[in-house]
Amino acid sequence: MTRVAKILLYAVLVTGVVITVFPFFWMFVLATLSRREIFAYPPNLWFGSYLTENYENLMNFVPFLRNMWNSLYIAAMATVTTLFFCSLGAYGFAMYDFKGKEFLFAFMIGTIMIPPILGTIPWFIMMRFFGWVDQARALWVPGMASAFGIFLLRQYIESAIPRALQDAARIDGCSEIRIYWQVVLPLVGPGLGALGMVTFIGSWNNFLGALIILRSRVTYTIPVALSSLQGMISTDYGAVMIGTALGTLPILIAFLMASNQIISGLTAGALKE
Amino acid sequence: MSQPQASANPSPQPRQNRIAYQYDKWQRKLAPYMFISPFYLFFAIFGLFPIIFSLYLSFHRWDAIGPMVFVGLENYSFLVTDDWFWMSLRNTVVIGLMTGVPQHVLGLVLAYMINSKLVKFPNFFRTSYFMPYITSTVALTLVFSIIFGTRYGALNYLLEPLQNVGGFQWLLTQLNLEYPIEWLGRAHTIRPSLAMLMTWRWVGWNMVLYLAGLQAIPGDLYEAAKVDGASNFQLFAKISVPLLRPMMLFAFTMTIIGQMQTFDEPMILLGTGGGVNQAGMTTVLYLYRTSFEWMDFGTGAAMSYLLFLIIIAFSLLNFKLFRRGERD
Repeated sequence: MTRVAKILLYAVLVTGVVITVFPFFWMFVLATLSRREIFAYPPNLWFGSYLTENYENLMNFVPFLRNMWNSLYIAAMATVTTLFFCSLGAYGFAMYDFKGKEFLFAFMIGTIMIPPILGTIPWFIMMRFFGWVDQARALWVPGMASAFGIFLLRQYIESAIPRALQDAARIDGCSEIRIYWQVVLPLVGPGLGALGMVTFIGSWNNFLGALIILRSRVTYTIPVALSSLQGMISTDYGAVMIGTALGTLPILIAFLMASNQIISGLTAGALKE
Repeated sequence: MSQPQASANPSPQPRQNRIAYQYDKWQRKLAPYMFISPFYLFFAIFGLFPIIFSLYLSFHRWDAIGPMVFVGLENYSFLVTDDWFWMSLRNTVVIGLMTGVPQHVLGLVLAYMINSKLVKFPNFFRTSYFMPYITSTVALTLVFSIIFGTRYGALNYLLEPLQNVGGFQWLLTQLNLEYPIEWLGRAHTIRPSLAMLMTWRWVGWNMVLYLAGLQAIPGDLYEAAKVDGASNFQLFAKISVPLLRPMMLFAFTMTIIGQMQTFDEPMILLGTGGGVNQAGMTTVLYLYRTSFEWMDFGTGAAMSYLLFLIIIAFSLLNFKLFRRGERD
């Protein structure tokens, strides 16, 4: 009985994995096929020899390396600034008791529930007012201090750092900001890692915001560049697919290397509620 | 020589100490406010102000170039009588239900399977199922645009052998379809296709949430129930599911908030038109089109507020239903 159950269990799980992984596999296959091979029937399920041609075509349509750089730059800036402001705020909430703390914290958590679409139009108008349309900073400056990030890191700091450590540092003459920088930060590495990866991935994949703000091919990020390719007459799907593969690969590799950390980082907010 | 100096300034040490002490107390008191203030500052500028401005904008007509014209509730009254707005809302909800239900059923079942002691390599399965969530929607949606292809797509290829099975043909006729299925070319297949894609993307996320919830349930609860002779199904239905309720509430809420803002998938697969008969026109797609193609920012802002209210209403309804279920 358990034997049958076990086989059945694995059959279901493995089928699920095949369905989940197939689009990724096929994406890499399609990136090596010619346009004719992509639209052939039955579909080609194994790698072809058009990789370099597709790559050259892609580069003719859009400055894709530049687009990748833009994505990387925005994601890196978003990550570094988010980590700084969120760890600072989290440190304040985790290690101090102060007047109004409960209210301020509840207020901050409340802002997580606001759907982003509510602010999208005025955000665009603001960015236009600042002269930030078509500029990378429009995509990382507004999100620098995220409530989710503070919430996540607060949990982490509270569980990882005893207040006695803070007191000890004070007795040694440490100022409060130095305690943050030299005592707290070095001890919350894993927490920062999880939030960093979550932020990076979110920024790397951001579409709607980038679509609204970025207007020229040299400022496009990967998702916008890919969607612009799709709009072209006689879309070259081989070129599109090498683009999707190149855009997905870095994140995929990072995820496979640190999947446990990323998953726990992403679900930590849910668990503690 | 040293005597008068000492009397002029009798005790320099304690005084300095007092200042240092006062400073220390003060900076310790102020420090937490300094640390948390960036968030509130940024939120005021990039969070709160846009929301208020959006409300203001929703009472005006504005094309972002000319002057703003106050129109009162005109944008709202236009929207509540606008067929397209209601259609987009219906599309969003229909797609949301079509994908939300399987997402949670599959997510829960898969999580339960992976959590059972029978399965080895739980991390391998967890990582695999989670992969779609971390990758760009745009990139993977582009891959699906080929998977959904009528004459070359992998999905129709997969279904081809079924053609000779009697029941399959009958099912197709019942659903008003014919092989090869035009997944993205017919009004009544567009929404299921979008739902399939989104299910593919989100099952892993929900599974991971439920898995985390299951792992938090103490094992001796199951042991005790087993001693009392409970079957596997009873363990699932009587222990796991009830104890997962808080996580379910959270996961459902996330799904509602996320699904109501569906944009990337229909935008990439169908463009701003929403496909045949606008079958894939979601509310956010319509909002994007109204604002950024038709430059009607007032109506767009009003739409974002209506959508916000609807999201709140659905979330509260969900919460209420959960509460009622808890009491029973």
